[in-house]
Amino acid sequence: MSVPTKLLSTITLAAATAAALFSCKPKGAETAISGDAASKVYVAPGKYDEFYDFVSGGFNGQMSVYGIPSGRLLKIIPVFSQFPENGWGFSEETKPMLNTSHGMVPWDDLHHIALSETNGEHDGRWVFANGNNTPRIARIDLKTFRTAEIIEIPNSAGNHSSPFITPNSEYVVAGTRFSIPLDNQNGDVPINTYKQNFKGTVSFIHIDPTSGNMNIAFQIRTPGVNFDLARAGKKVSNGWMFFSCYNSEQANTLLEVNASAKDKDFIMAVNWKKAEEYLKAGKGKTEAVKYAHNVYDDNKHQATSTIENSVTVLDPKDCPDMLYFIPCPKSPHGCDTDPTGEYIVGSGKLAAIIPVFSFTKIQKAIADKAFDGDYEGIPVIKYEAALQGEVQKPGLGPLHTEFDNDGNAYTSMFVSSEIVKWRVKDQKVLDRVPTYYSVGHLSVMGGPTAKPYGKYMIAYNKITKDRYLPTGPELAQSAQLYDISGDKMKMILDFPTVGEPHYAEALPASMISKNSVKIFKIENNQSPYASKGEGTTKVERKGNEVHVYMTAIRSHFTPDNIEGVKMGDVVYFHVTNLEQDWDVPHGFAVKGSNNAEILIMPGETQTYKWTPDRVGIFPMYCTDFCSALHQEMQGYVRVSPAGANVPLVWGTNKNPLTGATGGASGANQ
Amino acid sequence: MKRIFRFSLVTTAVCLVLSCNNTAKVESASTENPTTAGQSAVQDSESAKDVVKVAAGSKDHTTLVAAIKQAELVDALSNAGPFTVFAPTNEAFDKLPKGTVEDLMKPENKEKLKDILQYHVYVGGLSTTLLQDGQTLNEVNGQNITIQKSADGKITINGKAHIVASVPASNGIVHIIDEVLLPPAK
Repeated sequence: MSVPTKLLSTITLAAATAAALFSCKPKGAETAISGDAASKVYVAPGKYDEFYDFVSGGFNGQMSVYGIPSGRLLKIIPVFSQFPENGWGFSEETKPMLNTSHGMVPWDDLHHIALSETNGEHDGRWVFANGNNTPRIARIDLKTFRTAEIIEIPNSAGNHSSPFITPNSEYVVAGTRFSIPLDNQNGDVPINTYKQNFKGTVSFIHIDPTSGNMNIAFQIRTPGVNFDLARAGKKVSNGWMFFSCYNSEQANTLLEVNASAKDKDFIMAVNWKKAEEYLKAGKGKTEAVKYAHNVYDDNKHQATSTIENSVTVLDPKDCPDMLYFIPCPKSPHGCDTDPTGEYIVGSGKLAAIIPVFSFTKIQKAIADKAFDGDYEGIPVIKYEAALQGEVQKPGLGPLHTEFDNDGNAYTSMFVSSEIVKWRVKDQKVLDRVPTYYSVGHLSVMGGPTAKPYGKYMIAYNKITKDRYLPTGPELAQSAQLYDISGDKMKMILDFPTVGEPHYAEALPASMISKNSVKIFKIENNQSPYASKGEGTTKVERKGNEVHVYMTAIRSHFTPDNIEGVKMGDVVYFHVTNLEQDWDVPHGFAVKGSNNAEILIMPGETQTYKWTPDRVGIFPMYCTDFCSALHQEMQGYVRVSPAGANVPLVWGTNKNPLTGATGGASGANQ
Repeated sequence: MKRIFRFSLVTTAVCLVLSCNNTAKVESASTENPTTAGQSAVQDSESAKDVVKVAAGSKDHTTLVAAIKQAELVDALSNAGPFTVFAPTNEAFDKLPKGTVEDLMKPENKEKLKDILQYHVYVGGLSTTLLQDGQTLNEVNGQNITIQKSADGKITINGKAHIVASVPASNGIVHIIDEVLLPPAK
């Protein structure tokens, strides 16, 4: 095998050129960081951060909470995925939270965060998040930092355009990313019949202003396109919702090419106040669907999952003046409204400009019928009629825009790995900073609200590569914190995050820290399986089910010796943590269990299901280091053959068979 | 007994013991000195009271509480424990020879005071049901106490001190006793 000399030398020369081209490392953090950065993010031991930052976990299906400006991870809140840290989705009480019309889904993909609002500003009550794969919306209670409710979205697939919230938390929305045949249609159709058979929907999920409970108020039927993101109008545009959509080509294969054919796709403007009027006027049609609605009760310490069977649908054919399309260049991704509500910024991810639309102009265009025909019956507003202006040469690959309170916008640029600051009123670029690398979402403190706090901005990057010590092929996701209080954006911190953060929202810590629950009051525990004191503990047999009503307190279980379990039995350990002390959970595990572990908060009852697979003695123990005698917090279960005549007996500090007191072993066959 | 032991909501005493450092303040990018206060400074009005707060909430244990402070055991006893604390009343301390308490409270006698107080603490949460006749318990100072339990359930320690009441705490239990337990000579 010989390589011609000429070719070889050409290759060598090319390699040398390449080396020369890349040998000087591009401008790195060393130069991008300002001298006083460390003091700006240093939160002394024992001191608190200024902001809570709620960050989506992306493909881990969870939400994580960081302190800003330190970037310290405070908590991972399990939402759409089972979580080995605390038994979410493993305990009998929490399993129903992951139920769907498809059965239990143990792992989903969480993309976007929406903090509850009053008058367009954060109110610190709840945070909402979307399940992207099996369409769902979750509500997390900011008093407990736990998922309180999950509702599945019918007629949807890829719930990406979600859960954007209206200024008084009337609704969170859910737009389908993948259009599909509707749930009540025959879905057994050729895929290439997209244009005839595939439809889109956007759902408006009503939030009860007192309890926070969600219900699907209505869905709007739309042409089959891909809904990507959304933002509510606010102030002047309150009552409207804006959805970005791509694939107006209605391609069903190789969207990389086929959904990028047209110069412009759309932003869909929905007049939801109008939709409410149509709903009241009885224009909604009830359609048969199937979706799960799961609610967790903090007093019963139990979730219930209910399957709902119908949804109300508004068809634009019956509801004129409710929907409009606004042309937007090149497969728009972000669709963001500024704090005044007047401007809507569309970020065409393949576009060379960023269009800024004016709500006033949109209203005028509608009044003047300045339309460019229609798209499947929905009026298309003339681009120029809606346009306020365009940001020229902002960078490459604009994705998302957030705002400060001084009239500035910040747009993330995926392809050119930078954030560009520009002035909303004249679309003039003011500053740009690099990100490391390939930024996705960005987050200005309070950025999507009517009154941003400003001060900090965070870039959530998609590519990490060499930012931290290498950890094999899989890396944490990099995030960078910028001080935006001056004219120039300054990077002040680079911190790793878990999962793959998409969107994040932050709010001042003082808005929620004072409400944070420390314990569950044992007197409020309404679990049917609770033992509120050691005196009420017991073991009961119901056929082949053995129910252990058990307590845990530093540093023992009651009972901690159980005999009389037989092969073929299913054992339910209902463990009540009797502690009434902040940060003293107990854990529970049994050897060989196929159901992992559980963690029980003070005052709470959780149930652990175990099916013994062999005869023998099975240790059980507390898995959370609770006390100086944590290692002593253990017990045994004896499993006998089916049909054995070992009586069902139990106790702590007494021989279960004889009743004699004391822990030292006695004769006991 | 009713006359002496009131464990109601006497929170002022708790505040006195625990007022050393209020840290629950939201700071932005705080560059001040790190917080050095221990676990007893944790601000928490929701949880049940720990053994120190229980003692501090009693008018009849002011001597004990002062001694715990002097011996620098407040943080340790605010720990997860769990602790079984035998808590002599003021009257119990008064039974000691005149001048004993004053002497123990002197800075140079801190170690001796610590030893005596630690002789009143067992690591483990033992309700009266779990205390057994003839049981010896190895106390925090390393020496043993002996439990006597009569047929009617009355409990005496080292043949002298009686448990006159028991108060559960978030991190264990406080057994109130009518005598100070003096560690045997080593």
